[in-house]
Amino acid sequence: MGDGSHLGKVRGLGSSGHGSHHWLQQRLTALGNILLVGFLFVSLIRLPLGDHGAVLRWASNPMVALALILMVVSVFWHLRLGLQVLLEDYVHGPMRLLALVLLNFYAIGGAAYGIFTIARIALAPVVAGPGGM
Amino acid sequence: MAGNEPNTRPRAPHLQVYKWGPAMAVSILHRASGDGLAIVGAGLFLWWLGAIAAGPDAYAAFVACIWHDPNPEISLFHQITNILGKVVLVGLTWAFFQHLFSGLRHLVLDTGAGYELKSNKLWSTVVIAAGVFATAATWLYILAEAL
Repeated sequence: MGDGSHLGKVRGLGSSGHGSHHWLQQRLTALGNILLVGFLFVSLIRLPLGDHGAVLRWASNPMVALALILMVVSVFWHLRLGLQVLLEDYVHGPMRLLALVLLNFYAIGGAAYGIFTIARIALAPVVAGPGGM
Repeated sequence: MAGNEPNTRPRAPHLQVYKWGPAMAVSILHRASGDGLAIVGAGLFLWWLGAIAAGPDAYAAFVACIWHDPNPEISLFHQITNILGKVVLVGLTWAFFQHLFSGLRHLVLDTGAGYELKSNKLWSTVVIAAGVFATAATWLYILAEAL
């Protein structure tokens, strides 16, 4: 690795200067995950998961949908940071760049899919059914 | 001098050479559980969300694939995925608790506390035991609810 001199930085060697930013974001999203994934965990335990109507009513509640969207943001941000460190430790050479690009596709694509799907559930017109909101 | 004193030189940092201890185990389990949650857990969560949004039939197909296919003429594929799904769900429950508890340990370590050899070993052991215990408690609760 380079010594972080000006030339070394130009060549992509040495510290990028983003270490503490990465570290702090990992901790802050960890705190978000404790709250939001904890909420999901308790909900999954208590929901009748085989009953589509009940799960749909739960997920289309505005507060639940909001919590789920925040959870997707926090979780996918956190997993991007964690998997990035994994790849940097174990993948070397030109494959590393490819792996990091694919990781970003997964993290951003997965989060976008999750948020869009939650919005679709929450904003879908109520079909029918007794006791529907 | 006689050549049979215990070697007091530092040992090379290879996993094959180090004697395993709880702190090493909890460190690699944090990474393993995190990566499992990041890939399998997040993927399954997105699949579940998509099935909810797609409607009752798609949701029933999702449940029939990963949990229980009520069809009396159940396909071999679903016989396998019904077992695999439960294994994955128990594994994800363990990964969730393991990563949560060792993550909380890391937040404490970040303050500079808990590095003394004894307390480090103690809390590493507690984290591993708590992860297994919470997983067992969760599934006993789920089984008790189902009966």
